[in-house]
Amino acid sequence: MVDKIIIENLSLQYSDGTESLRNVSMGIPQNAVTVLFGPAGGGKSTLLRCLNRLNDLTEIKASSGRILIDGENILDPKTDVIALRRRVGMVFARPVTLPMSIRENIIYGLELAGEKRKSKLDEAVERSLKLSAIWDEVKDRLDESAIELSGGQQQRVCLARVIALQPQVILLDEPTSGLDPISTGKVEAALFELKKEYTIILVPHSVQQAARTADHAAFFLTGELIEYGDGKSLFTNPKQKKTEDYVMGRFG
Amino acid sequence: MEKSLSWREFIITRLIQSSGYSAILFVALIFFFLLREGLPALGEVDVSSLLNFRWYPIESYFGILPLISGSLIVTLGAALIAVPFGIGTAVYISEVAPRWMREILKPLVELLGGLPSVVLGFLGILVLAPFLRVFLNLPTGLTAFTGSLLLGGIAVPTVVSVAEDALDSVPRAYREGAWALGATRWQTIWRVTLPAAKSGVLTAVMLGVGRAIGETMTVMMVTGNAPVLATGLGSLFAPVRTMTATIAAEMGEVANGSTHYHVLFFIGMVLFIISLIVNVIASSVVFRAKKRAERILS
Repeated sequence: MVDKIIIENLSLQYSDGTESLRNVSMGIPQNAVTVLFGPAGGGKSTLLRCLNRLNDLTEIKASSGRILIDGENILDPKTDVIALRRRVGMVFARPVTLPMSIRENIIYGLELAGEKRKSKLDEAVERSLKLSAIWDEVKDRLDESAIELSGGQQQRVCLARVIALQPQVILLDEPTSGLDPISTGKVEAALFELKKEYTIILVPHSVQQAARTADHAAFFLTGELIEYGDGKSLFTNPKQKKTEDYVMGRFG
Repeated sequence: MEKSLSWREFIITRLIQSSGYSAILFVALIFFFLLREGLPALGEVDVSSLLNFRWYPIESYFGILPLISGSLIVTLGAALIAVPFGIGTAVYISEVAPRWMREILKPLVELLGGLPSVVLGFLGILVLAPFLRVFLNLPTGLTAFTGSLLLGGIAVPTVVSVAEDALDSVPRAYREGAWALGATRWQTIWRVTLPAAKSGVLTAVMLGVGRAIGETMTVMMVTGNAPVLATGLGSLFAPVRTMTATIAAEMGEVANGSTHYHVLFFIGMVLFIISLIVNVIASSVVFRAKKRAERILS
């Protein structure tokens, strides 16, 4: 399979002195769910935030290495960060729906990008809500406030908002950490559909979720990539002792 | 031991309680005093002559309209200067400036807010007024506009400080959400951060306006103190007299208990009511926004 993203020797240190990533190298394949998991403070979120350069806005002391998306180094200072973030969408742990209607939430990113044609916007709303597995629940009340929705519905609206921008890569940072099992199941099912079109990188909120969703899995511990491989074999037959201990629940 | 502790507890609680209540008491006392001294004015001068446009107490002309219009035009001018400038500064400090710049700017702005207004008035008379007279080719530099400029300067630190706090308390997640959707810095500020901080920014504006309308010393020094009814934009560049300046200038020389004395207190009442209205509007806006925020975050 083709690697959509190639990470080469990525290291990063925050300005408060914490070292977040240490010499991480990995390739992330297209049209698959790649899971980054491990205990807190392992560098998973930091890595996600490097992929859309959201870390630009945090205080960083030193960073080195390269991240190639389609062969282009996005850490290059000359990269158009705004365009990059439209190409690499992100869903956060806590759903941040904006205090406006569901429809407006979905088309928000498109409007920011300058899309004005109503037909295009309507099309995007329907398409992205369907892909996020929430269309049936909200299709009759698109003009009601998104804030009234349940947490699980809000999170899927946020997912739809990202999809509406037609990104190539979708980053998800513990998207189901605040959700009930049924909503979680719906989000995971949506991911299963989404990977047919997109490259998905997920930081799960539990090892179980990692095992359920991963086509490929990477285990991070204190900033280091310990083990990376095919999802099934990594969870059933880990090669590294540390990975095995974590997957078996011996620590973390 | 047990006994004396609870006894001490009781005393301290009561002390704190009474100092809390005293604030209410003082406001009420001030208001009643104003009413007692100001209301007789309504009996001594009829309402129609109070609403006259001539203020000339020596000849018993007690029209307070020129004073109200003077206050309004100076305050309005100050607000037009302080609001965009103050919010702009707040946005810069909170959203754009690098950390070291923020650490210099914030204390500086707060220092500006602590400057005694008489000092600003002094600068106004010596520097700003002559400059405006020459620059705008006016007969005198002591105009409503001069007052507006200085009052704007006085209100800016209040606006900046409150608005900056409001912007700062917008959850980071909102900004990151917008950035992750590919919003530019300006789009994030204009369409996410500012709307999210709306209530705080409105409070900042209200407090700034309240600060401007109650300001006395500076306006007395630089507005020329001519009680002329402000009729239009042209009055911005003519001398005016505000309510506060009138009270401050004339209260010392008025005969205690005279009609003039009562009318000055009546002006004080009007001023009190205006700032009360401003404050009530400000706090109701904040209250509504708080309730909405609780709903969003719950």
